Amino acid sequence: MARVWMFGNDVNTDQIIPGRYAPYMLKNEHDLRKYPFVEARPDFAPNVEPGDLIVAGPNFGCGSSREYAPLALKMVGIGAIVAPLFARIFFRNALNLGIPCFTADLTQTLRDGEQVALNVEQGVILTERGMRIELPAPPSFMREIWSAGGIVPYYRAYGRFPGEQRA
Amino acid sequence: MVGIMIAQTLSEQILSHAAGHPVRAGDVATVSVDLVMMHDSLSPSIIKVLHEELGAERVWDAQRVAVVIDHVAPASNIQTAEKQAGLRQWVRDQGITHLFDVGRGISHQVLVEEGLAQPGLVIVGSDSHSTAYGCVGAFGTGMGTTDIALAAATGRTWMRVPETVLVRAIGRFRPGVSAKDLGLRAARILRADGATYASVEWHGIDFLSIGDRMTLATLSIEIGAKAGLIPPIGPAASGLRIPDWLAVQAGADYVRTVDIDLSHLEPQVSAPHYVDNVVDLTELGRVAVDVVYLGTCTNGRYEDMAAAARILKGRKIASGVRMLVVPASSEGLRQAAEDGTLRTLLAAGATIGTPGCGACIGRHMGVLAPDEVCLFTGNRNFRGRMGSPQANIYLASPEVAAATALTGYITHPQDVLER
Ligand code: SF4
Repeated sequence: MARVWMFGNDVNTDQIIPGRYAPYMLKNEHDLRKYPFVEARPDFAPNVEPGDLIVAGPNFGCGSSREYAPLALKMVGIGAIVAPLFARIFFRNALNLGIPCFTADLTQTLRDGEQVALNVEQGVILTERGMRIELPAPPSFMREIWSAGGIVPYYRAYGRFPGEQRA
Repeated sequence: MVGIMIAQTLSEQILSHAAGHPVRAGDVATVSVDLVMMHDSLSPSIIKVLHEELGAERVWDAQRVAVVIDHVAPASNIQTAEKQAGLRQWVRDQGITHLFDVGRGISHQVLVEEGLAQPGLVIVGSDSHSTAYGCVGAFGTGMGTTDIALAAATGRTWMRVPETVLVRAIGRFRPGVSAKDLGLRAARILRADGATYASVEWHGIDFLSIGDRMTLATLSIEIGAKAGLIPPIGPAASGLRIPDWLAVQAGADYVRTVDIDLSHLEPQVSAPHYVDNVVDLTELGRVAVDVVYLGTCTNGRYEDMAAAARILKGRKIASGVRMLVVPASSEGLRQAAEDGTLRTLLAAGATIGTPGCGACIGRHMGVLAPDEVCLFTGNRNFRGRMGSPQANIYLASPEVAAATALTGYITHPQDVLER
């Protein structure tokens, strides 16, 4: 089972990881895993478990291009993020790192702290309350990147970008 | 009929050119990039992905990668100093010539000053405010570590061609009102996600300088945009290398059009903790400040310092207020030193920092304490952005910054000029 972590609207990258906690500023870059939401929600990092789900309002990840924001979430093993709208740089960074992001509004459907089972391949969430939630299928190029494990393994495997025709 | 051109937005024109075939909003295309910018903050991770994960030994074109040390410049501690030293060594090993080291200034401003950003180019940067390059009519966009490493290794990137939101300015600014107020007004109308996945075109501002255009281009990301383009026309564009295929085309498709009448625009203030939380200054009430901070890629240029100096001239900043000026570039600082702008700022009681990002991301050079209030000419007032999450950041123009420094509370420029 996975826990739902509920967040509000316009969650920005300074909330996910303040610039002061960038790997650039740290002695030990592995410490990054200690800092997601360090100020915005201090109970998150110590309690999050691999596979947990972030559910948020619109414009999740707005602000800076810092890939260490989704990287920190990957380091703690976030299973997926569900929001009605993602800020584009965050979305791209998360995609590149292979973190599944689903575009849907579940802020009224799910509750903070509740236990769910998430099947990323099928795009289905089952809740302990007996709900079955179908997530919208992402475009095929995105699924290809996820299943390769991110854009770098994808590029290494195919020698091209998604959709690119190479002579 | 064969041969009829479908009208394109500026983004569609540039990305069609870069893709080598016509593209329209919504298409996913692989495009060639003309310039890759990386700064000190993310370069160490970019280099790691480039060599260790992608297995690339060299960047695709050492002349078309620019490295700027601006985010923590000069270094604040041993970690950052060591990483910067490593970055300089890597730049030498790769034969990269466009290194702009500590003190030269903020990446976006520097690349424009150096003439590396030109109309019609595709420029990707490891920084969300890479929309800045739209000030000269380049398609500039910010990306993260992995995308920048891939672009630096291959000279290509993939993109979903964005739809375009059109912001049309009408009329001229009143005294004490400037490009920042237009940008914040647009954020107030469109909100922080109003142009997500889209590009913004700013029309009706042909009279603005390249610097003022950069204010708008950098603020485009604050409404979620992938790029913020100003058509390269008007007197300020005369020195640019404009390709003959790049021009606003009648009939291009805009998903939304917003008109803003400059002649009625009041100074705008973005209140904590979201950029789109914007009000007219006159509606704000009395907000006392501890710090006035003039700087950043949005409003730290020579013309911003000069606008502040015009208000500060012959006056003293209020006691108990600290005014920090961090020029966006060494070139701006030189100009300010030459024409007396700097003398005016110093005489008023301001402090000058090393050209660069300064305290914009709360790492050094003026970090805020809990409960401090800062009037900031930058682009983000997110909680904790400039230091303590208990500090409050208000965004406004350089003119408002100067007026505020004189009184100690957020002040309309006209109120001090009339005194
Ligand atoms: S001045 Fe601020 S917003 Fe601009 S590039 Fe530097 S850190 Fe980013």
